[in-house]
Amino acid sequence: MSDRRPTPRTYGVLAIPVTVLAVFFLVPFGMMVAASFYRRIEGGFYEPAFLLDSWRRLFSEVFIERAAFSIGISLLAGALCIAIAFPFTYFLTRMRRRPHVALLILVLSALSLSEVIVGFTWSVLLGRAAGISNILVWLGLMDEAAAYQPGFVAVLLGLSYIAFPYCVLTLYPSLTRLDREVTEAAQTLGASPWRTFWTVVVPVSRPIIMAGFLLVFVFTLGSYLIAAILGRPGHWTLSVFISDQASFNANVPFAAAMAIFLTALSLAVVGLVVAIESRTRRLA
Amino acid sequence: MRPLKWFVTAFTIVFLFAPLLVVAIVSINENRYMDFPPEGFSLAWYTALWTDPAWRASIGRSLTIALAGATLAVAVATPLAYVLRAYRIRLAPLLYSLGILPFMLPPVISALGMQVFWNATGHVGRIENVVIAHAIFFSTLPLITISLAMETMDPSLREAAQTLGASPRTTFRTITFPLLVPSMVTGFAAAFVLSLNEYIIAFLVAGFSVETLPIKIFNGLRYGFTPTIAAVTVVFIAVAGTVFTLAAMFGNLLRFLGADPSILEREPAAEARARAAEEVPERVPAAV
Repeated sequence: MSDRRPTPRTYGVLAIPVTVLAVFFLVPFGMMVAASFYRRIEGGFYEPAFLLDSWRRLFSEVFIERAAFSIGISLLAGALCIAIAFPFTYFLTRMRRRPHVALLILVLSALSLSEVIVGFTWSVLLGRAAGISNILVWLGLMDEAAAYQPGFVAVLLGLSYIAFPYCVLTLYPSLTRLDREVTEAAQTLGASPWRTFWTVVVPVSRPIIMAGFLLVFVFTLGSYLIAAILGRPGHWTLSVFISDQASFNANVPFAAAMAIFLTALSLAVVGLVVAIESRTRRLA
Repeated sequence: MRPLKWFVTAFTIVFLFAPLLVVAIVSINENRYMDFPPEGFSLAWYTALWTDPAWRASIGRSLTIALAGATLAVAVATPLAYVLRAYRIRLAPLLYSLGILPFMLPPVISALGMQVFWNATGHVGRIENVVIAHAIFFSTLPLITISLAMETMDPSLREAAQTLGASPRTTFRTITFPLLVPSMVTGFAAAFVLSLNEYIIAFLVAGFSVETLPIKIFNGLRYGFTPTIAAVTVVFIAVAGTVFTLAAMFGNLLRFLGADPSILEREPAAEARARAAEEVPERVPAAV
């Protein structure tokens, strides 16, 4: 497809979207980098300066603790997601068309749910008033309704819920391409479907699993509302911290410094994904 | 293996459905508290969505932002995807990454960048700020779907049109562009639905003056629960399900999710070939 020589008009057409992206993405990003060096003024504003105060705060104990917690819970949610999403997607790609499409629509509908809605639905489900414990009480398995949120498990479940559809969608293209002949060959040679899954499908898919896991990790790292709704302040993630500093605490320079740290972290992980994918392609 | 297959599938369906079900039950509760099992049946909270001016206003704002944002996103993504895939451009990978980057990074980064940007311009707290922020952030989605369509497009279609004498402009108008429409629709739908649900960008860009639906829901949660929140949630889920069902029926959803072409029954290229065969012959005399 990409065989034609560009003409000056081609560059004219190309210049429009590139300019829009440059003005409304690169320029704001650059201004944010600059703002991280500015001086904060009490009352919500900031003035140009060259201070390293905000950057120095990145090495404070509170921030390191927050960052470690965010990374930890995102890794955990990513692992949980991939453990369920990988077999699910594998089975999905081997279904007949009708259930296949129906399940994909369910996954996409869950994907499009606002984080605020996911947070709210889980807070209901894990809450005392109308939650899962009421069903247990109703069944006679429990004496009294209990609340499971806010708490660490609630945040973890919420994060897994929002990340799960993304996880399925990143695994989906590669798993539909997984050569059916390979699994059929294993079974012809006498391997049970279970053994085929563990000794053929999973090892062949290791790079896909790794890439999917890392993408889900970046995604949950960016989650804001789940931790804000389902967690106590101790469960806040970096995104909550950043927007809290930018809005309620009115400390834009510090928020900017944290955002740049988050950018670097995300880019590093995305770079890892790209490296894994290009290596897989070279081997294939 | 079979039991595992049923267990994993059933578990996933329950996991994805459970919270939705609970909220649907709460939304038809008669009194204004959360009760389980629910007491009585009432659709009052649904009618409140349309009669309460505050809820109606934020629904309207969110729809406006999603519609304008998704349109703008497709308008930015289409020329970028087309030129990068149709021509030999030296910096193509870099420019493509520029289009992917906003969505790849956590949204709070775009949100904060936009907040600083609009603060500097003095044009603060307007709805168009949110529209532009969403358009940039979600333009990645149509960029991906359209690029994918360009890559999988059969080059012989374009070559055939040109051999038969169609100018590049006519080829684009009658062959390439119609073939790109389904991918533009899919990209639009994805950007629209995600923009409708987006919180953090809308909040940091103009959250104190432009109260979109997710912002209103979150504020509502903070100041106490009303079943209207549950009702609006159910409506949202219904909208999302409908949009994606339509996309599956008319937009060839599986292909845009990246499915291997061999598992698809319908091959859209065959249709396009038929359409090209109908339109191009008119120009044959000019070529001869």
